[in-house]
Amino acid sequence: MEEIRNYTMNFGPQHPAAHGVLRLVLEMDGETVVRADPHIGLLHRGTEKLAESKPFNQSIGYMDRLDYVSMMCNEHAYVRAIENLMQLEIPERAQWIRTMFDEITRILNHLMWIGSNGLDLGAMAIFLYAFREREELMDCYEAVSGARMHATYYRPGGVYRDLPDRMPQYKESRWHKGNDLKRLNQWREGSMLDFLEQFCADFPSKVDEYEDLLTGNRIWKQRTVDIGVVSPEQAKAWGMSGPMLRGSGIAWDLRKKQPYAKYAEVDFDIPVGTNGDCYDRYLVRVEEMRQSNRIIQQCIAWLRANPGPVIVRNFKVAPPGREEMKDDMEALIHHFKLFSEGYCVPAGETYAAVEAPKGEFGCYLISDGANKPFRCKLRAPGFAHLSSMDEIVRGHMLADVVAMIGTYDVVFGGDRQVIGPGIGNRESGMVDAGSPQHSSFLSVAAVLALRFSIPHSLFSAVKP
Amino acid sequence: MNDSPVLARKLEARLGAKVVDCTEALGETTIEVLPENWLAVARFLRDEAEFAFDQCMDVCGVDYLSYGSVEWDTTDVSSQGFSRGVEGKGAGRFNWSERPHPGHVAKRFAVVAHLMSLEHNQRVRLRAFCADDDLPSMPSLVDVWTGVNWFEREAFDLYGILFEGHPDLRRILTDYGFVGHAFRKDFPLIGNVEVRYDPEKRRVVYEPVSIEPRVLVPRTIRDDSRYEQARAEREAGTK
Repeated sequence: MEEIRNYTMNFGPQHPAAHGVLRLVLEMDGETVVRADPHIGLLHRGTEKLAESKPFNQSIGYMDRLDYVSMMCNEHAYVRAIENLMQLEIPERAQWIRTMFDEITRILNHLMWIGSNGLDLGAMAIFLYAFREREELMDCYEAVSGARMHATYYRPGGVYRDLPDRMPQYKESRWHKGNDLKRLNQWREGSMLDFLEQFCADFPSKVDEYEDLLTGNRIWKQRTVDIGVVSPEQAKAWGMSGPMLRGSGIAWDLRKKQPYAKYAEVDFDIPVGTNGDCYDRYLVRVEEMRQSNRIIQQCIAWLRANPGPVIVRNFKVAPPGREEMKDDMEALIHHFKLFSEGYCVPAGETYAAVEAPKGEFGCYLISDGANKPFRCKLRAPGFAHLSSMDEIVRGHMLADVVAMIGTYDVVFGGDRQVIGPGIGNRESGMVDAGSPQHSSFLSVAAVLALRFSIPHSLFSAVKP
Repeated sequence: MNDSPVLARKLEARLGAKVVDCTEALGETTIEVLPENWLAVARFLRDEAEFAFDQCMDVCGVDYLSYGSVEWDTTDVSSQGFSRGVEGKGAGRFNWSERPHPGHVAKRFAVVAHLMSLEHNQRVRLRAFCADDDLPSMPSLVDVWTGVNWFEREAFDLYGILFEGHPDLRRILTDYGFVGHAFRKDFPLIGNVEVRYDPEKRRVVYEPVSIEPRVLVPRTIRDDSRYEQARAEREAGTK
């Protein structure tokens, strides 16, 4: 009889279903996975070391680029860590704005997830549906911060500025005209809150549409039910958090258990799965979108009724207004000091965690009293989740590996920073050169290239 | 989270001599242990029903070299005025060939673990300093929490801390064939090599980095009256 040997296969690093650049070395027995060895770090940019080399405020923009589909949640963990150390009191309105934008971010993330995970498993239409609503919410990002993704909107002491009174409108162009333009602009007559209110009134019906496409879909269920079952014990032992933990039936959510911002004052439920398979985690995320929608509605109601400051009036931390700077020398000096040297943070250490859409995103900050962090450790949820890959995926078929990567909802920025596919970029990526905008362009371009233009034929089989 | 002073006292009482230091600051509890007790204390914290820290959220390395150092000196006064020369040795100021070799520094490398108990909804931070700074090592926690596997690999990769008993201690984030430990304070911020595609050789080549090290903002520690005042105001406010 002929000797049959297992063979080793490279999945990625350039594969559309690898969600960024994940190189997975799979030992295969026929089509069954015997061992999975994920190689990550191809996008490692050394954000933590970069953060240690510059004043506190200058790293906020880097946080957006970690997990580049849940931008503001990352910022939230980082600014909360600074605020903890400095014992800053945040204006109430800023906290409500943060709560609202955290939830907008959660919907953004889950829309990206449902779209791309659908695409990975062969459901093409859902991607277009999800990105339709994602576009509207990105416009909210743009309205408050000027940037669609990398907002740098949260600042220690509050948020950069108050919500805009006017929602930007589409202009007439070759692509947007006539009734189409009218439809696009019908929600955009008033303020950003008016826009969001209409969005929230409409969004549950959109979630129904996603569910129509997937929840009862036979192919979708065949690809996800009983695939990648994570037991509650495994979930705890592997340090899982977020939907990975809740999908396995553990009702744990930092927003409820260790509330921050205004989560203690809003009403929402935590969805929990029963079997811990990919399908349960899908259901959990869909329900989370509905719950986030509820939270946003409550935030809108509060924000309408309660105007007020959105950042502390402490010029050692937050800059004075432009007007003040024009005729007050003191204000000008504060502004100059703040944007050149920054501020010193009292010596100490803190770990600030938020419930990011993917799980617990934590920022462990050690300050020695300087204007730069001494140590900044970012705990990304995807890192812990992906480490369980080998154990969970063993014995599954190759196609299920794709389902599993999808259900982990990993983003390689979140897992460690993004820059093009070059391995060597990891070192040169540590350069203290160029603005964050520069690298963001690279990361987005890389992601788009991976997601859209590279054909599905990049599996390469390597004989041992 | 709110009852952490209680937790700190409980931990001190139960762990006794195994704890080197138990502090409670900013609502967070930190216990410091010796490396030889690292594993035992971790196991104790997980298994005791009173604590039940069933999740280890994060393990990371810390390099305490240059802790508290500044690059902007305003204390020296001469007849010409203040000397404010920037004389730092921060990671952004040297390249690979000029990197400092600090020699022996006491208590340089630490391993920090953040534990969480789902049952009691509380967190604790566990820290231990490696005994030997030339070859830092620490017992691995993989047998206690499976999930620390990659976190320890990361600490090994970036700080060179060896985890005894780790089943698979390989580099995880840096390049295949990477030299050095990137997050150490004596490792240059610009790195050591860069890669590019060489059209003549028709392959990717490695070269020493061509970028000049630079730091835009010097590191300073201000401990003057402004901060004293802010602290006093805060304390007055809380009372």
